[in-house]
Amino acid sequence: MTITLTHFLFISAALFSFGLYAVLTRRNAIMVLMGIELILNSANINFLAFSRFGGMNLEGQMAAIFVIILAAAEAAIALAIVLNIYKRFNTVNVDEISYLKD
Amino acid sequence: MNLYEIIFYFFAAITVGSAAIVVFSRNIVYSAFALLFTFFGVAGIYVLLNADFLAITQLLVYVGGILVLLLFGVMLTTNTVSLDVKPGSLNVLPAVSVVAVIAGLLGGVYWTSDWFVSTQMGELMNQTTSKEIGNALITTHVLPFEIASVILLVAIVGAAMMARREKVN
Repeated sequence: MTITLTHFLFISAALFSFGLYAVLTRRNAIMVLMGIELILNSANINFLAFSRFGGMNLEGQMAAIFVIILAAAEAAIALAIVLNIYKRFNTVNVDEISYLKD
Repeated sequence: MNLYEIIFYFFAAITVGSAAIVVFSRNIVYSAFALLFTFFGVAGIYVLLNADFLAITQLLVYVGGILVLLLFGVMLTTNTVSLDVKPGSLNVLPAVSVVAVIAGLLGGVYWTSDWFVSTQMGELMNQTTSKEIGNALITTHVLPFEIASVILLVAIVGAAMMARREKVN
């Protein structure tokens, strides 16, 4: 069967589900960040699929470029925060990071 | 079963399979390397969607930037002294139910919707997109472009300031 829009949408739904499971379930803060990156990639696939099958214009690709830029900035800031958390609590387990002050 | 379909199923299998390894693996370094293959698979899917510039950008930024950052984070925050026996994931059953509901909703909407697929293909089908993206970034999308530059500057300064080593008195 020819590859239509729904094939790409199913891939993006699968990536979104895996990313959501990682964010909800995993204990390590860096695994949560990996789940967030999976969710952002699934949104990008959605943008590009609709851009290609809806008339082949460039609007979806522009949106995907800005999503990639913002994902990079967010990953840098989030990892700086995780490093500070590790310096402070000596763990990156999201369960044990629960005190606002010592 | 022409070449397009074979390549599509190949990259789809790489992407979804690696994403499953990322999420379900016990070892975080295995997850990081499976994330590398996921990004490669997604870049292949971008090429199949006529987004060639975006595929290369994905490889440069995600694999070359974000994944390296994640690996540095993994290396700097592993506590090898205390090897805990606690499980790697918690709240598995509520998470599985929530994710199953959301995946079912998404899949159902995608399957049963009558998507508008435009039959007229623009002239962008047979050319590379770099020139058009460059034009669009300067003419019609110049405001998000400038704001993205400011965001990147703020992110660089903020991350460098937050992650610096404290001065030892």
